[in-house]
Amino acid sequence: MELLLHQVMAGLATGGIYACMALAVVMIYQAIDHLNFAQGEMAMFSTFIAWQVMQWGQPYWVAFLAAVVLSFLGGLAIERVLFKPIHNAPVLSSLVAFIALFSILNSLAGYTWDYTIKSFPTPFGHKPLLGGLADTHEAGMIGVTLGMLALLYLFFRGTRLGLAMRAAAANPDSARLVGIRVGWMTALGWGMAASIGAVAGMLIAPVVFLEPNMMLGVLLYGFAGAVLGGLTSPGGAVLGGFAVGVIENVAGTFIPYVGRELKLTIALILIVAVLMVRPSGLFGRSVVSRV
Amino acid sequence: MSPPADDIAGKESVPFVAAAGASGAMPAADVLHGKLAAGIPLRQLVILASIVVAAVVPFVFKSFVTFQLTQVMVYALAILGLNLLTGFNGQFSLGHSAFYGIGAYTAAIMMHRWDIDYFWTLPASGAVCFAIGFLFGLPALRLQGLYLALATFALAIALPQILKFGPLEHWTGGVQGIAIDKPDPPFGLPIDADQWLYYITLIVLLVLFGVARNLAHSRTGRAIMAIRDHPIAAASMGVNTALYKTLTFGVSALYTGIAGALGAMVAMFVAPDSFSFLLSVSFLVGLIIGGIGSIPGCLVGGVFVLYVPNIAEDISRGLAGAVYGIILLIVIFVMPSGAAGFVRLASAYLARRWRPPPAPRSTRP
Repeated sequence: MELLLHQVMAGLATGGIYACMALAVVMIYQAIDHLNFAQGEMAMFSTFIAWQVMQWGQPYWVAFLAAVVLSFLGGLAIERVLFKPIHNAPVLSSLVAFIALFSILNSLAGYTWDYTIKSFPTPFGHKPLLGGLADTHEAGMIGVTLGMLALLYLFFRGTRLGLAMRAAAANPDSARLVGIRVGWMTALGWGMAASIGAVAGMLIAPVVFLEPNMMLGVLLYGFAGAVLGGLTSPGGAVLGGFAVGVIENVAGTFIPYVGRELKLTIALILIVAVLMVRPSGLFGRSVVSRV
Repeated sequence: MSPPADDIAGKESVPFVAAAGASGAMPAADVLHGKLAAGIPLRQLVILASIVVAAVVPFVFKSFVTFQLTQVMVYALAILGLNLLTGFNGQFSLGHSAFYGIGAYTAAIMMHRWDIDYFWTLPASGAVCFAIGFLFGLPALRLQGLYLALATFALAIALPQILKFGPLEHWTGGVQGIAIDKPDPPFGLPIDADQWLYYITLIVLLVLFGVARNLAHSRTGRAIMAIRDHPIAAASMGVNTALYKTLTFGVSALYTGIAGALGAMVAMFVAPDSFSFLLSVSFLVGLIIGGIGSIPGCLVGGVFVLYVPNIAEDISRGLAGAVYGIILLIVIFVMPSGAAGFVRLASAYLARRWRPPPAPRSTRP
């Protein structure tokens, strides 16, 4: 029992990382209606910016703010320069643009800051909590993720701008007819997603350490969590992220013999099994189309 | 909305037409109608010429070029497999590295553990992959778009782990993988193993491309494309969508599996980490660059997947990834619908430019 509790807690801690990333993935999916495969690399790049600002002797929060603001501008710029010109191209062509962006950011970060592993500070410290089951950074990370989720919920449900962004993503043509500047809403969505990614990156970096490839695994699990929760539901994505972390950990410990070596495979099989029952994710809306 | 199914014939003939049109050897308008003066269809002539050129290549170039071109053909076959699923049937897959890997391991295990002649590994790999693809197609029926992408992605992630899995090591060789020999040329032919493998791959490629073309033009092919364009309409027209979708999954896996078997012989080695998720991404890039739903486009995709990363490496070692990304971006900006789409647009433009002007009609008496 204690082992189970321990594994669930550890799963929640890693799940917090995935949840962070899943939230960023769903955010941009809501804003641009595409899954951003370069999201993880954008977050990694933002984290490197924060690290660089700290190397220049600035305190943590200055670096934090700088990274969030610069990421917002960077996300905006990427949309305007790279994605606006091809927004009429087939969906799969924009996928190639994402892969290109992934490759460019990864390579640039490696070139600028090299591939050595760097440690990244946390404002929450690493004191043990709950008798060593978790630590303060993990708790802080989960708290910040939930806080971002609440803010986003308020933004999308409670402000005119949030409503406009949702309208622009859901039905661009009608949104344009009622006077919403769809192009800028998309760009704004990119900016916000980049900022959320930056926060996620800075929360994740103290755990996985900072290096150009740090986000690869995280993004994949975040993606899995987002799909499990349902791509139309930010809350579902956060829950999905936690679920992936817990499933992976518990399956690895408790399924005899095959568990340890194949724990990732088992987690993914479970997710696919869930999707069999609910094909739009646990909390996603299924799309109804008129014929 | 995607183009109607019947349009596919027109699309395919375009690349060849344009190639000859550019050479300017014939009156442009005739060439663009796809006929030479003698009345031979231009398409067939160009295909025949390409085959002749492909057949002499191993005797003209160094063996390294032959080796690379063999690999290009292997990739083209794998991309064609993905194309059948994604381009013709509209099902998205990030898991084709797994089918490629299963094909490669089937061939390697048969050749190395059981000493079976390489020739039999090709149909065997195809059959194994067809069965697995068909079975995987059953749960995939319930999933669409990104959710299907996740399910296939799970396959791509799972395969390397399963190949390394302890109890299977007796078969798979674990992390070390399996080394195999290149097949020797038969009947004492005066060519080396590289050249022989090139010819095997070329023949398999021609047969499978021909089969794919005929499939796309058949009643079955039209049903497959109708499902892509409008599943509900297809179902109400009496197309058995479940059967066709799972069968397409199987056939797609078969193509990619045979490519995997050939790829194992080319590389002379299989190991779990060669078949990672990144290979799936390469196939996808090749598919999109070549042109979704275009059969000749797969060859362009194969060339891109093999050569462009090397070119990027040559331009800058440290920034190879960035250069590769920039090349990708340029290509997708210039040809948003791939090489096939680009050729289609270009030839439509040329046809407009070179069409003889309509005879002047005098308005005055």
